[in-house]
Amino acid sequence: MQFLTLLVVLLLLTMIGFRLGRSRAVQVAGPKTSVLHSLPHYYGYYVALWCGIPALALIALWLSCESTILHSLVVDSLPAEARSMAPERLALMMNEVRNLGATGDYSHASDSVTAAAAEQYRNLRSISFAAMAVLSLVLALVGGLLGLRFIHPNLRARNRVEAAVKVFLIASSTVAIFTTLGIVMSLLFESLRFFSMVPITDFLFGLDWSPQMAMRTDQVGSSGAFGAVPLFAGTLLISLIAMIVATPIGLLSAIYMAEYAHPKFRSVAKPLLEVLAGIPTVVYGFFAVLTVAPFLRETGAMLGLSIASESAMATGIVMGIMIIPFISSLSDDVLTAVPDSLRQGAYGLGATRSETIKQVIIPAALPGIIGGLLLAVSRAIGETMIVVMAAGLSAHLTANPFEAVTTVTVQIVTLLVGDQEFDSPKTLSAFALGLVLFVVTLVLNVVALHVVRKYREKYD
Amino acid sequence: MTDTEMVQAVPLSAIAEKVGAHLKSRHAAERRFQTYGIVSIIAAITFLVVLLTSIISRGYTAFVQSELQLTVSLDASVIDPDGTRSKEALSSADYTALVRAAMTTLFPEVGENRAARREVMALVSSGAEEEVRKLVMNDPSMIGQTKTLWVPASAPVDQLIKGHMSRDTANGGQFSDRQLGWIDVMSAKGLLKTHFNKWLWTQGDSRQPELAGLWGAVVGSFYSLVVTLLLSFPLGVATAIYLEEFAPQNRWTDLIEVNINNLAAVPSIVFGLLGLEMFLNVFGLPRSAPFVGGLALTLVSLPTIIIASRVALKAVPPWIREAGLGLGASRLQMVMHHVLPLAMPGILTGTIIGMARAIGESAPLLMIGMVAFIVDIPATPMDPSTALPVQIYLWAASPERAFVERTSAAIIVLLLFLAIMNAGAIYLRKKFERRW
Repeated sequence: MQFLTLLVVLLLLTMIGFRLGRSRAVQVAGPKTSVLHSLPHYYGYYVALWCGIPALALIALWLSCESTILHSLVVDSLPAEARSMAPERLALMMNEVRNLGATGDYSHASDSVTAAAAEQYRNLRSISFAAMAVLSLVLALVGGLLGLRFIHPNLRARNRVEAAVKVFLIASSTVAIFTTLGIVMSLLFESLRFFSMVPITDFLFGLDWSPQMAMRTDQVGSSGAFGAVPLFAGTLLISLIAMIVATPIGLLSAIYMAEYAHPKFRSVAKPLLEVLAGIPTVVYGFFAVLTVAPFLRETGAMLGLSIASESAMATGIVMGIMIIPFISSLSDDVLTAVPDSLRQGAYGLGATRSETIKQVIIPAALPGIIGGLLLAVSRAIGETMIVVMAAGLSAHLTANPFEAVTTVTVQIVTLLVGDQEFDSPKTLSAFALGLVLFVVTLVLNVVALHVVRKYREKYD
Repeated sequence: MTDTEMVQAVPLSAIAEKVGAHLKSRHAAERRFQTYGIVSIIAAITFLVVLLTSIISRGYTAFVQSELQLTVSLDASVIDPDGTRSKEALSSADYTALVRAAMTTLFPEVGENRAARREVMALVSSGAEEEVRKLVMNDPSMIGQTKTLWVPASAPVDQLIKGHMSRDTANGGQFSDRQLGWIDVMSAKGLLKTHFNKWLWTQGDSRQPELAGLWGAVVGSFYSLVVTLLLSFPLGVATAIYLEEFAPQNRWTDLIEVNINNLAAVPSIVFGLLGLEMFLNVFGLPRSAPFVGGLALTLVSLPTIIIASRVALKAVPPWIREAGLGLGASRLQMVMHHVLPLAMPGILTGTIIGMARAIGESAPLLMIGMVAFIVDIPATPMDPSTALPVQIYLWAASPERAFVERTSAAIIVLLLFLAIMNAGAIYLRKKFERRW
């Protein structure tokens, strides 16, 4: 809340800077504002930038260093016996100190040392905040005054302001690159730590997945097993079922919409399909658990089949329903992009419409359709909520769609929700799974986007 | 033999017959093919209808809640035996005893029988004490009076009244004959009625289905979305402007474009892993905070917004730009004063669609810990909280039957939000769409 107030005050200061800069420019120009290089309000923006940017930069810098500096200050002031604790215990204690310090209520502290440290942490934090607030406000004032001093009819204010805006535009466009970089770095970093504990070949080719680590070393299965093949198999099985459901329905409805449907029918049916795409996946998950899985189980019981209530079939079918609109809208785009001359040529040779579609349009559109299907596969593999809710938790290596299987995303969620220990292979294995997921979907996406793009160029 | 003779050797009618027969099967194939198309579309729409009806039919009843009318005598010797009237004494008083007394006066046959007492108390939610406490805390002068108030019935009673639970007493039924009798008596006397469910709209999560509310999740979602909007709108529009209006055609620009297209297709859980590692472990931001959730959702919605904004900017015809530059505007002035305002409806539509994607997204939020059981309504974006889709996930995993109804109701609320947002996007598109 205090922080918000600081930001609001800074915002007000920059606004005042704008007004002052503008009026100063008019004043400097005298009776004729045309002697100014730029329009008066550019001088206002110029001063506002001087006022706001240094102060905001200071705040950003301060916040990024604050926690490490506070941490080392508090650790240094701890009594010697506390400092000589094992690093994990110290980290645990500092965690408590931070939490207590944030609330300011030390009655739940586990011991007096922690309470004292929390008290100190809290004091240091408020001092740090006060210092930051004062410094940033001073910087804003100094910056604003400097900006005002610089105002002169020959000052190329517009060019300066526009240069600043351009820097902002370029910086924004690099966010995408930094995001990708961040994903790769964070996944790779933790995965490498994991692979230093568990050999990568065991992970990629092992047939046994049971990541639970025992508390004591003498317990059965204490080491945990990290063979991810059952997870890959489960993911592929569910994705395959989903694609078997979604491909014919999505493709055929796209063909009907693009080639046959009356515009009126199209204008009703297409949005309805898009509604299917807009439903959050957590809703599909609930639908799978509540409606589809029991329905399948009862149908199976009638036919004498035993179908698990978390069967790959139920999950796959619901995931297929989710993917239908994805396939149909991508294929629709591709089909409508096929030039009409091909259709007319086929009709001229006496082909019926379905023959034209099957023998001319689809072969022509095939690369685009395949690209769309690859994107759909990538989406099925990465889908999380449906499988977390409807698929199983324990890893079985099976090809039977009526049994429960687990997937990569399910395991990531179960490993990372709840307590995490970033030094045990159990938690780190989730990042290794995430890395595999990221690489596989990345390859699928790159190939698919490339194929689709090549196809578009062909007919553009 | 000449050519003409050869043709005449095969009678023309035979060819016609053959072609005709073939034509028939070709036309049949044509009709079949069309039917497949229609059947597929109908199948897809049927899935949609089944999904929506199965959820709405289960969930609409959660918007009302069964309540009991109790006549509670606010006995001073129970509430405040010392007569201090201090806040602590009033808030820690034994309100369960008052509720029990009210129930036993309603059904005197219960008496001192312990089993019967337990059964009669099973009809009232533990939220009843909370209601009495609130009444007393608001106005301590009521102590000593007798008040009539509506308190929530317990979840099984609620489910029975709404017809989600059978009156079967055997086979694992929830109620004894005695309890069913009491319920019928109360219904007949008008002491057991369904009212608008205020708990759903004002409370945070609870282990008791009848007291569990969505408000905490709605506020958490709201904070996350505000953060997402504040970050992804300026960043997305700035990126789109740079790529469409300023960027030179070179490898760097290609790299940015490839990255954006890939991020649009990266599984959302990967953004959650990034958030967990970067935001929580490296930057040390608090777990479960809507602020961090907003950061993760920004990454989810950013590609959508960038791509939509680029399409909108591309749709502005080049002569607008040329006219602006011709009149002496700088490139930035041209973009800001002419191109951007014309592209704004498209950009806003894309932003709303990106936000709609963010509001339904739960996988990244699970990773950063917005999946805890949290009763309090978050006061700031830094407080622990859940979000609407995550609340659905949490309730869906709860074993109590009454949570099925709550989950469906939460889904209805989420879908309503989405419908409103998408309707807004369609309205914007229809109202401001320009064909050049």
